[in-house]
Amino acid sequence: MTVADKVALIGEKLSCRRGFKLLFQGLDLEAAGGRALVVVGPNGAGKSSLLRILAGLLSATAGQVRLAGGATECALAEQIHYLGHADAVKGALSVAANLGFWRAVLGPTGLGVEEALEEVGLGGLGRLPASVLSAGQMRRLAIARLLVSRRTVWVLDEPTTALDVAAQARFAAFGRAHLAAGGILIAATHAPLDLGETDELRLGPGGAYGVEGTLAPPGADAGYWAGEEL
Amino acid sequence: MWSAFIAVVRRDLGLALGSGGGAGLGVVFFLSVVTVVPFAVGPDLVLLARIGPAILWIGALLASLIGLERLFAGDVEDGSLDALSLSALPLELTAAAKGLAHWIATGLPLVVAAPALALMLNLDGRAMGAVMLTLLVGTPAVTFLGLIGAAFAGAFRRGGLLIAVLVIPLAIPVLIFAVSATTAAVTGPVPFGTPFRVLLGLALFALVLGPVAAAAALRGARG
Repeated sequence: MTVADKVALIGEKLSCRRGFKLLFQGLDLEAAGGRALVVVGPNGAGKSSLLRILAGLLSATAGQVRLAGGATECALAEQIHYLGHADAVKGALSVAANLGFWRAVLGPTGLGVEEALEEVGLGGLGRLPASVLSAGQMRRLAIARLLVSRRTVWVLDEPTTALDVAAQARFAAFGRAHLAAGGILIAATHAPLDLGETDELRLGPGGAYGVEGTLAPPGADAGYWAGEEL
Repeated sequence: MWSAFIAVVRRDLGLALGSGGGAGLGVVFFLSVVTVVPFAVGPDLVLLARIGPAILWIGALLASLIGLERLFAGDVEDGSLDALSLSALPLELTAAAKGLAHWIATGLPLVVAAPALALMLNLDGRAMGAVMLTLLVGTPAVTFLGLIGAAFAGAFRRGGLLIAVLVIPLAIPVLIFAVSATTAAVTGPVPFGTPFRVLLGLALFALVLGPVAAAAALRGARG
């Protein structure tokens, strides 16, 4: 992967308001290449909203997201993989057609379709219609999307939902390989992900806390920053 | 970028023409509208020939709206739109690609079916040719204007009649100039080319406006 040494996804003074509820305010974060950032917190704390803001799919109420380093000739959106709750799989198409589509659309810079299916443990199922896959297999197919197109930033929302233990371990291996290649990985999760050294960002009713971190210290106007180390 | 455009067109065509895609539904609806009219107005061949182009166009306009409500809704619900937003393809071109695939799957069959249905309305060869030509130019315009309604339906999770309410007013100029071009070809006194050129202009306008407005609606709903 051609990633510069100092690649980092930086969120500056991010605020998010959903309806009347202020989820977080003045949140500064930095996800550096090679070190996973795990976002934790109770349901409704704003994890998914934060990830969608970081992926550029939701505009922040205030603040901005930028990528330092990396391939400057591409737009930010073209360097991000976003894996949300939905698998983006069309049941009417075959497994291989689904993955081939995403390979063509996101840029065929990674593994081939067959190889990627083999990697996620769907080898030999390429010709089946995707509608017959189980929830866990659908998830594996969605994860295969991360492998067919090489991108610097992975933004993952509950990536291991519905995966069995073996598949979770395999997924963690993909994540570690991505980090070892200098990539950025930001994941929201309730279950522990075995990603090696990670920074943790805790969102909650009391505000946002950074743990062990490359997280920036709380600014003067960082409303919801509690600023205490957990 | 163009490989991504072609990939979107091919996937949507595959989905529309595959089982459960509902591509044939438009033609069946078109057929039923046109079949019912002679029963309603009676077997007056002269009258049918005179109002025939208008009936064909009303049928085609309504048939073009079928399936639009699912065009973006499916991609919004299953998360495909999120991933599509992160491709090198701008959302406008993604919308255009989806519109093109939708037209090939549902609009083009209407154009092909029109001559057969024109026979049932006692249209002569000249009128038949004019109707086909106006449908060939006009149905893409209706589909691409329909992208706007489709994007609203997808973004705000409202389907059904919303599309018709949003799109039919926008499509009225297309209908006016398409039918008047056909009438001009059959009876004159205006040459066929005059209203037909306006129709061409409207189609080009729709091809640009539709995807841009649809993309804006999808972005707005997400914000």
